[in-house]
Amino acid sequence: MQLKRVVVTGLGALTPIGNNIEEYWNALINGVSGAAPVTYYDAAKFKTRFACELKGFKVNDYIDRKEARRMDRFTQYGIVASDEAIADANLNLDEVNKLRVGVIWGAGIGGLETFQNEVLNFAAGDGTPRFNPFFIPKMIPDIAPGLISIKNGFMGPNYTTVSACASSANAMIDALNYIRLGTCDVIVTGGSEAAVTIAGMGGFNAMHALSTRNESPETASRPFDAERDGFVLGEGAGAIILEEYEHAKARGAKIYAEVIGGGMSSDAHHMTAPHPEGIGVIAVMKNCLENAGIKPEDVDHINTHGTSTPLGDVAELKAISEVFGDHAKNININSTKSMTGHLLGAAGAIESIASILAMENGIIPPTINHSNIDKNINPDLNLTLNKPQHREIKIAMSNTFGFGGHNACVAFKKVDD
Amino acid sequence: MSDIASRVKAIIVDKLGVDDNEVTTEASFTNDLGADSLDTVELIMEFEKEFDIQIPDDQAENIGTVGQAISYIEEAKK
Repeated sequence: MQLKRVVVTGLGALTPIGNNIEEYWNALINGVSGAAPVTYYDAAKFKTRFACELKGFKVNDYIDRKEARRMDRFTQYGIVASDEAIADANLNLDEVNKLRVGVIWGAGIGGLETFQNEVLNFAAGDGTPRFNPFFIPKMIPDIAPGLISIKNGFMGPNYTTVSACASSANAMIDALNYIRLGTCDVIVTGGSEAAVTIAGMGGFNAMHALSTRNESPETASRPFDAERDGFVLGEGAGAIILEEYEHAKARGAKIYAEVIGGGMSSDAHHMTAPHPEGIGVIAVMKNCLENAGIKPEDVDHINTHGTSTPLGDVAELKAISEVFGDHAKNININSTKSMTGHLLGAAGAIESIASILAMENGIIPPTINHSNIDKNINPDLNLTLNKPQHREIKIAMSNTFGFGGHNACVAFKKVDD
Repeated sequence: MSDIASRVKAIIVDKLGVDDNEVTTEASFTNDLGADSLDTVELIMEFEKEFDIQIPDDQAENIGTVGQAISYIEEAKK
C-alpha cells in the first residue's frame, strides 16, 4: 500500500507571547518572554508566583458568552486557535467532505480549573452533592475536539491523545498516520492547556518541577543555562491543519510544509524523572528519522523539549549528540520554551508551529535567557542562544517528552513546488 | 413584577445568555430560550441556591417555562 503524503495547510496559535500566528512569530524572533507574576489568583503563599499566562485575551471577543460559559478555558483556547487555523487553510466548509475531516487533539490535563472549582464548591458545603451538570462534560480532555467538530460539522475521527507534555505531538502523529492511510482528507490537530490554576501550580510546585525565580520571572525559563532551576508553567493552544497532499493541491491550498514522519517511544524508567542517558529520547529521534525515511545529516533544525530543568536539558542534548554524531554541531538547536514557558499538552503544537514558521522564514527563533555556560553541555552544539539566526531549513524536527516517560518527535520538510 | 419573578428572570438571562425581553412568562426554556438538557438542570440548581429551597427531580420535570418556575418558587416560599 502506497502511503499518502501529508502537508500543513493552516496554522493557529494562542500563546503567552501572542494571541495569533502573526503576533506569535513576531514575539519568537524578537526574543520576547511571556513570563510575569500570576494574575489569575492570589499566589502569595505559593513557592512559584509567576507563570506564562495569556496576555489581553478576552474570550468574548471570539466566543459568545453563553457558549464560552459551557467550556473550560482549555477548550476556549482550542476553539480560538482552531478557528484561526481553519480560516488560514481557507477550507470551504460547504465543499469539503466532512465525513473525511477529523479532529485529533492533545491535552495533558484538560479541564483542571473546572475540576478544582467544582470540588472546592463541594468541600465548602455541608456534604450535599450539588455538582454542576456541566462539570464532567467541561472537564474531560476530549471535549475540546468534540466542540471543534460540533462547531464545524467535522464528522471524521475525533478524540484527544493524553501523554502529558507529549500529547499534541502524539495527536499530530495520529493525524499524520490516518491521512497517510487514506482514512481522512483533512485533520484539525494540535492541542490546548489551561493549567495555570491553584491546583496546577500547587501540584507542579509540590514536585519541585517549577522554577522559583520569583524575583525575575522573565529570565526564569533559561534552557541550557547553568543556573536553570525548573520550567515555567504556560498556557494556550496551537492548531495545525494537516491535509492529504493531492487534496491540498486540487483546491490550490497554501502549503507550509510536508509532515514526513513521527517517532514515538517510552523511557520505561521513572514516573517523572528523565532517563539520565536519554535512552528513550535517543530511540524516539531514531524512530522519527526512520519513519520519515531520512538520514541524521538531513536534519537542519531541532526544536527541543528543552524545558529548563536541570536533568532533562542535559539528557536531551546528550541524546542529540548520540543520534546525530558529528552532524549534531551543524544543527540549529533551540528551545522556544525560553519564551513561551511550558504549555504542557499544547507544547508539541506550538513548537511545531515555531519550526514550520522558522522553515518558511529562514530564521531560527532564539533560546533566550542564556548567560551561564553549563559544563555538562557539549560546547560544540549550536543552541541558537539569545539571538535569532538566519538559516535555510529543509528538514526540521520537534521533540516533546511527557511525565510517564512518553516521548514523541515529529519531522517536517520544506515543499519546493 | 414580584421580587421572586425578577430574580428568576435574572438567573435565566445570566445562565442562558438571552435578552431580558425574551424572558416572558410563557417562554419555554428549551423551545424558546435555547436551553438543552444540561442547561435546564443547571437552572433548577441555581433556583435552589438563590431561594434556598429543594426541588425534587420529579417536580423539576414539570418546570419547563419561566412562569412555571416562578409559580413553583412562590408556592415553595409561602
